[in-house]
Amino acid sequence: MTDLPRTQHIVASGLIAGVGLSVAYVSFTQEPAGAFVFPRLISSVFAVLAIWTFIKALLGRTKVGAGISGTEMRNMAPGLAIAIIYIFWAAKALGFYTATTLTFFILLTLYDPAPHGDARTWIKRVLITAGFMAVMYGLFALLLNVFTPKEIFS
Amino acid sequence: MDFLFYMGDVFTPINFGLLLLGTIGGLILGATPGLSPTMTVALMIPFTFKLEPQQGLILLGAAYTSTVAGGAVSAILLKIPGAPANIATTLDGHTMAQKGQGAKALQLSFIASAIGGLFGVFLLIFLTPVLAKWALAFGPSELFWLAILGVTVIGTLDSSSVVKGLLSGCIGLWLATIGFDDIMGAQRFIFHSSVSGGINVIPALIGLFAIPQVITMFAKGRKGTDAEIISVKRHPIGAAFREVFARKRALSIGTAIGSIIGLIPGVGGQIAGLVAYDQSKKISPESAKFGTGHPEGVIAAESANNAMVGPSLVPLLTLSIPGSPTAAVLLGGLLIHGIFPGPTLFTQYPQVVWPFINSMLIGQILMCVFGLLIAGWAANVARVPPAVMAAVVLGLAVFGSYSVQHSMGDVYVMMALGLAMFFLERFGFSAAPLVLGLILGPIAEANFMQGAMIANATVGQMAYFFTGWLNWLLIVIVVVSIGYSIWMELRQRRYTTKEDATA
Repeated sequence: MTDLPRTQHIVASGLIAGVGLSVAYVSFTQEPAGAFVFPRLISSVFAVLAIWTFIKALLGRTKVGAGISGTEMRNMAPGLAIAIIYIFWAAKALGFYTATTLTFFILLTLYDPAPHGDARTWIKRVLITAGFMAVMYGLFALLLNVFTPKEIFS
Repeated sequence: MDFLFYMGDVFTPINFGLLLLGTIGGLILGATPGLSPTMTVALMIPFTFKLEPQQGLILLGAAYTSTVAGGAVSAILLKIPGAPANIATTLDGHTMAQKGQGAKALQLSFIASAIGGLFGVFLLIFLTPVLAKWALAFGPSELFWLAILGVTVIGTLDSSSVVKGLLSGCIGLWLATIGFDDIMGAQRFIFHSSVSGGINVIPALIGLFAIPQVITMFAKGRKGTDAEIISVKRHPIGAAFREVFARKRALSIGTAIGSIIGLIPGVGGQIAGLVAYDQSKKISPESAKFGTGHPEGVIAAESANNAMVGPSLVPLLTLSIPGSPTAAVLLGGLLIHGIFPGPTLFTQYPQVVWPFINSMLIGQILMCVFGLLIAGWAANVARVPPAVMAAVVLGLAVFGSYSVQHSMGDVYVMMALGLAMFFLERFGFSAAPLVLGLILGPIAEANFMQGAMIANATVGQMAYFFTGWLNWLLIVIVVVSIGYSIWMELRQRRYTTKEDATA
């Protein structure tokens, strides 16, 4: 195992062990105790397995999971950032359809391998975005009557 | 023969229309690499809200059946399995396509899928009511152990690391306890207002299966699908039927192995296809031809991966224990309509469950017919750039999660779980046990608490949960599945270490 995945495994299993111990702590300290009988059972096993995994990662004995390479991190960072902004801010602030249109178009522009200099590429992207949004509107607004947060332009 | 009584329900205009929609849509989505049957069914659940339970399940069942079969199209024409269940199909299917026998390979795969699938659904029809009657004897202690069995079997058999599989199951069980306690009404682990009502299963399923796939597509960067689609030449369909029936050995091995593997929780279509391929190769007098474009390879793999679909629903419909991640998603589809599967399902909701099972039977035939008609065209879907697929899936995931309860909290939970699952998968954790934990957690807890109350008033907890042959049978299966998985893991590790040493 190279150093990068090993460090990543230590960080990841450390976080999981942290969650496991927190869950166990809350389960054994919160009242009423009767409501936490099952969580105590689960959290005990959770904490033991999480600590085991963490110790194995510390000792460099983790056999499963390749981690994330630097290239993958660089590739996914912009898409992930846009997805997070879309879901945790834009969908509510701009409205679902406006936010989805923008996100869809930006993601397409970022990850579509077609050359950016070609005008036809941009026309294609606009048409794909418009087509997708038409389908989404038809399905969710007209067919399923889903009431989404107010659109910024409405 | 109850199923015959409800057969007519499948042919009402709406039900049959949904069956067609699910079948054709599933075939197209199945041909798209990266869209697994589980993810497809999870993304389709929000569309079933407005439908009657019977109609919703028909749509989901048809999608499940045909995505598994549709995956063969890209496996054969592009050497990219549409789903893990189609990995074995690429071995001979793509070689046949390279030799100019693409149409023949597709025909063999759809015919074999339909035959395997029909056998699997018949097994579901005849086995389920028998098991359901037997399951009526289950009390709270047995149901508790059964839920634990569901999580541990999937946790150990579906994961490459036993400890990480069990840990995933524990995370799922813990997530299921978030919210208000049913008995005392106490708040548990409510760290954010989005989870004050607990974690809704549908957004969780969408997040856990769809978002990691979206991020994986991002991680590939600005890449198109460079795979070349092999053109398909015409091949007489009659000859394909004759060939499938002439190769009875491969067909029966695939069908039998797929059906048996489908009944075992957690094993899944990928294993079914690979085991059937391997066994057919070992038994066949033409074993040297396997891997060089031999029709038996395609027949064995495809009959197996569709034969497992029906039996994988047996534990779900009889014991409310999903046998596979896709069955877990189907359970989500049942729960949103207020239907809780289990021994009484066939007496309380025969008008829902029998048309659903019957639709899977008819769906196999439709899948074969439409598969043969649209296979060549469906392969073009695989050329859709991953960027478009990622954006489409992300949009569907957001709208689908929101539409469950019109709640932004569900969308946040969906994204948070999906993001966490992507990283967990990269460190060797698997989504299936986590989902099973999340779904079976409430069943396990309710029966554990009920059993504890009975035990306290009668024989005591140890005696209640650890006596009776059924309790012990379930405990032994839990222990054996963990022990077997540890043994397999150690054996594989020793094998790998030896190979490393000799390399």
